Amino acid sequence: MRSVLVAIGTVGLLIVAAAGARADDYVLTIKEHRFTPAEIKVPANQRVVITVVNEDATPEEFESTVLKVEKVIAGKSKGVVRIGPLKPGRYPFVGEYHEATAKGVIIAE
Amino acid sequence: MLGALIIVFREVIEAGLIVGIVMAATRGVPDRSRWIMIGIGAGVLGAAIVAMFAGVISEAFQGAGQELFNASVLGVAVIMLMWHNAWMARHGREIADEMRRVGTAVSEGAKPLTALAIVVGLAVLREGSEVVLFLYGILASGTTVSSLLTGGLLGIAAGAAFSALTYFGLLAIPNRYIFSVTSWLIALLAAGMAAQSVQFLNNAGLVIALDHTVWDTSWLLSEGSIFGRLLHTLIGYTERPTEMQLVVYVCILIAMFVLMRAARYSPRHSAPAAAE
Repeated sequence: MRSVLVAIGTVGLLIVAAAGARADDYVLTIKEHRFTPAEIKVPANQRVVITVVNEDATPEEFESTVLKVEKVIAGKSKGVVRIGPLKPGRYPFVGEYHEATAKGVIIAE
Repeated sequence: MLGALIIVFREVIEAGLIVGIVMAATRGVPDRSRWIMIGIGAGVLGAAIVAMFAGVISEAFQGAGQELFNASVLGVAVIMLMWHNAWMARHGREIADEMRRVGTAVSEGAKPLTALAIVVGLAVLREGSEVVLFLYGILASGTTVSSLLTGGLLGIAAGAAFSALTYFGLLAIPNRYIFSVTSWLIALLAAGMAAQSVQFLNNAGLVIALDHTVWDTSWLLSEGSIFGRLLHTLIGYTERPTEMQLVVYVCILIAMFVLMRAARYSPRHSAPAAAE
């Protein structure tokens, strides 16, 4: 019950927060099955929003067990990935459909 | 080709595990194959539709559409699994008795089959849409299509074989115990799904309370390994669970236990109970 209340309260806060903050502080671009930049530095211990832009015609799945994210991004489109709060450290991620080339790492500090 | 095989197999194996458990859990229930086939068919169809609209779903709800979709799919599956277990707690013994007497077939209603068909459909839908997108990507890129497609199809076949393996493995359990074993498997499955669902809500930016990682067992068993993935589907193994995931996991297990108890002890023969 309490978690439901917390959730409802959070939704409210989030809507307020969403009105103020822009989502594209961090942008990650997929092109020819590679991520640019391949390394992103983000602040530790806070939630971070990353916009992943897929410029390829084929879909890609942004995946990272350590970041607890699994997100399909259709070809020629973009997706929003919300992560954190992260302890300081390195958090690798891959494009699951092209794991050989699509690799990157998020550094929380 | 091997790469495609592995990627597809990894996705299919999760749905395959669920189908195998559902098959074992419905042992002796008439018409169950038809229901499960309907579930798989609807799931495949749904997967194709979801894949087609992946872009639209993703951009809905300020970019949180996909997470909300996944969370809802998992949430509905959890409810269906609870419903099934409650029903089974009440009728499981009759079915087991009947199976012992006549081998197969009972006349009990088809109610839980709708629930389980939906669970199968949703599992196939969720994992299948990723397979469809992956295979579509291969087709769209146009290079070495046939070998990659072969890999993909082999991956699906391997997943189906795994499903059969799960099923026959569970069949080795004696009739007397099979329903309690499958009930507990389903309870753990549901708890794991619920924990996954709440993480999707977190990724959507909705449920962000209690979002600190409690422990990290990636050194022991990586969630990315095949065994890690199996345990992830089966009991909801997560190498870095958040506080919220643990709370939800435990709550669902307790709720499932209480529900199964309540169903078992409800007055089945509607005789006036003296103790009440």
